[in-house]
Amino acid sequence: MIDAGSLAASLDSAILIGAVLLEAIVLYGVYGVVEQVLGHRVVDRLRTA
Amino acid sequence: MDVLGLSLAMLALFVGFGLLIGVLFGFFGMGGSFLVTPALLVMGYPTRVAVGSGLAFVFGTSVIATLKHRDLGQVDYKLGLLMIVGTTAGIEVGKEIVVHLEGLGLAGSIISVTYVFLLGGIGAFVTYEALRGDSGGGIDHEADTDEPADADDIPDIAKKIQSYRVPPMIDLRGGVTVSLWMILAVAFATGLLSGFLGVGGGFIRMPALFYLVGVPVPIAVGTDLFEIVFSGGLGSFLYALDGGVDLSIVLPLLAGSAFGARIGSAATSIVDEDDIKIYFGLMLLGGALAVAVREIGTVYEMPILNRVSLALILGSALLVSGAVVYSSITALRDDSRASSPSVE
Repeated sequence: MIDAGSLAASLDSAILIGAVLLEAIVLYGVYGVVEQVLGHRVVDRLRTA
Repeated sequence: MDVLGLSLAMLALFVGFGLLIGVLFGFFGMGGSFLVTPALLVMGYPTRVAVGSGLAFVFGTSVIATLKHRDLGQVDYKLGLLMIVGTTAGIEVGKEIVVHLEGLGLAGSIISVTYVFLLGGIGAFVTYEALRGDSGGGIDHEADTDEPADADDIPDIAKKIQSYRVPPMIDLRGGVTVSLWMILAVAFATGLLSGFLGVGGGFIRMPALFYLVGVPVPIAVGTDLFEIVFSGGLGSFLYALDGGVDLSIVLPLLAGSAFGARIGSAATSIVDEDDIKIYFGLMLLGGALAVAVREIGTVYEMPILNRVSLALILGSALLVSGAVVYSSITALRDDSRASSPSVE
């Protein structure tokens, strides 16, 4: 028989780890866009500064 | 004002620390994660929270790094899946050891002592190599991952291990064939350390894949990161079951490291990492010294040494991250001057 308490704990843990995974994927995408938009400008500025 | 239950100062500290670690992770393809758990221990978090949150942070960072290495074709999925099997068993055993030691009240001390010897040993080795001017064993970001590895590039230990033809033999990328049992043994040993120390194990597993299994370094890095996604995910899940993962620590650290990893990755195409390899070795030695200082402070009841320890950890990460950024900017300006027509 499945213990409801341990099932709830497993679900809570999975949600917790899922939140970390979601943040990682979102950050990968967002920072990737930022890098594409601003990357060259920042590098050019550093070259000439 | 509090965010995620943290003061703004603490939030900024975590994001900043994550940024430093991200630069290191993006540049070296490993490292940094082993700084998080000692830092959290120094800051007074319970061992289980420090280890569990460290693993969750490693999990998130490795997801981001693996996505980048996948784009470069540097992941051997077959090797990665085999590593997962051995590592899973190792992590579970490592975690049980931590729980057992916690019950005896010895977890903090033993984990700290293990850190000191592990970080100190690897740090001394890397620093020695750098001072000797030997670039062997470093990460060649330009190496070709599709060509079979040159026999001269395979370490002697790996050749010896590959010569033990205990079936079943497994063909890996880079023209490497090795016994399944050897792969599982390496995976179990590194998983044990991962679960015990609360680290991804990259700074142990990546050299192990190269020196013991014999796969080319770029594939070792990419496959190691792929494997850490699963080992870090499982490890943090197991710790989360016991309330060992604190999102108020993990989320700001990850926000900083994801950005830092972009900077570090970009820097790999600009800077020759051998130039700053010595800083990496010194950072590991700094981490080892910090944990040792903290332990002395605990034994002799000198709280000031905890602050000294934290300063050493942050200082070491800051030194190496700063060296990466400074060397990148210098290289860019030198390149710009060299390509500009001179005015006489």
